[in-house]
Amino acid sequence: MRITIWGCRGSLATPGPGTLKFGGNTSCVTAELSDGTLIVFDAGTGIRNLGVHLAASGPHEIHLCLSHFHLDHVEGIGFFAPIFDPRTTLHIWGPPSTERSLEERTSLYLSPPVFPLALSEIPAQMEFHDVPEDSWRIGCGRIFATEVSHPGTTLGYRLSENGSVFAYLPDHEPAVGIPLESLSPDWMSGFAIAAGATALVHDAQYSEDEYPTKVGWGHSSVADAVAFASRTTVEQLLLFHHDPLHDDSQLDALQERALELWKGYGRPPALAREGMTFEL
Amino acid sequence: MLEAKPGKDLMLILARELATNASTPMFIADAEGTLVFYNEPAERILGRPFAAAGEINASEWEDMFKVETLDGQPMPLDQMPSGIAFLERRAASGPVRIKSLDGRTHTLETTAFPLFKRGQDFVGVVVLFWE
Repeated sequence: MRITIWGCRGSLATPGPGTLKFGGNTSCVTAELSDGTLIVFDAGTGIRNLGVHLAASGPHEIHLCLSHFHLDHVEGIGFFAPIFDPRTTLHIWGPPSTERSLEERTSLYLSPPVFPLALSEIPAQMEFHDVPEDSWRIGCGRIFATEVSHPGTTLGYRLSENGSVFAYLPDHEPAVGIPLESLSPDWMSGFAIAAGATALVHDAQYSEDEYPTKVGWGHSSVADAVAFASRTTVEQLLLFHHDPLHDDSQLDALQERALELWKGYGRPPALAREGMTFEL
Repeated sequence: MLEAKPGKDLMLILARELATNASTPMFIADAEGTLVFYNEPAERILGRPFAAAGEINASEWEDMFKVETLDGQPMPLDQMPSGIAFLERRAASGPVRIKSLDGRTHTLETTAFPLFKRGQDFVGVVVLFWE
């Protein structure tokens, strides 16, 4: 499968000269499977550029897997060009709720006065699916989702195809108020998503100095992200959900810190950046 | 490794995080009745550190910790607040006496409540103790 990063900024889009290297668009990652199936993880502002790309080349059936409904993960959906093409079928997968359907929760954003159009006015076919408890098939891939530690119901995704596993935990705090090293791996949130993955996209919003004042906010320090990847025996860690207050030079420093903390399992950790693409 | 390894349910993980940071003695059992965690304040009541005990299955911990009524009679599982929460899936409170592994007897108020995840699936029980 081919993975492409379209947006890796956390919390708020951050354009400007200070973020040119890693990018300022919020969460959006694609996995293109060997049979051409396209799976999109999250609809942050990065999905706008993806939509421009798809408008020229298709496909017309697209699977969008939402991790949760915080605005930085859904705000791009109204600017995703394929939804204005009636040939498009967009399958939206997301966390279940006992109170509101996935369609109703999506409509909270895709409706006036927050957005000019109502969901019913979108030309594309929109099909909504609560993620099942067990894994399911999308194209030639198998995907699994489960709730992870982050305020509001939030999912992590685990996608496998042809012996490779891509794990997506964009907003995640694997242990709140407990040192990660004190827990056995099965007590860490996100273990079932990340264990043994070929590549893991994981939240690393904060430096170790910043994290103590952000405990419980649902995000990780670079140190915890590296430790989590090590404990779950991930081959390649990609640090993700960059803080809007961190410019490129600060992110370079976090990259250096991640390499210092890395204990040599798998490949060296890297910071996700817009436009990054790789094969698994 | 294509199939996901099962981890603990997020509800249990969050309950453990709460218990770890609480000064109230708490223990957590999963849907099978296995005692999967108790916090440091509960170690004084149960008489053994969790790090030494590890997870304890239902039949073992019922034998290890003798639960009695206030007049010293054995308390059946279906009358214990923890048993009611587990068997009837509802919150329950009441006084109990516990004989711990170090031989001491504790008179306690106990509150137990069930944990449900999405779809109302039962994932376990949290028990709190007040001396």
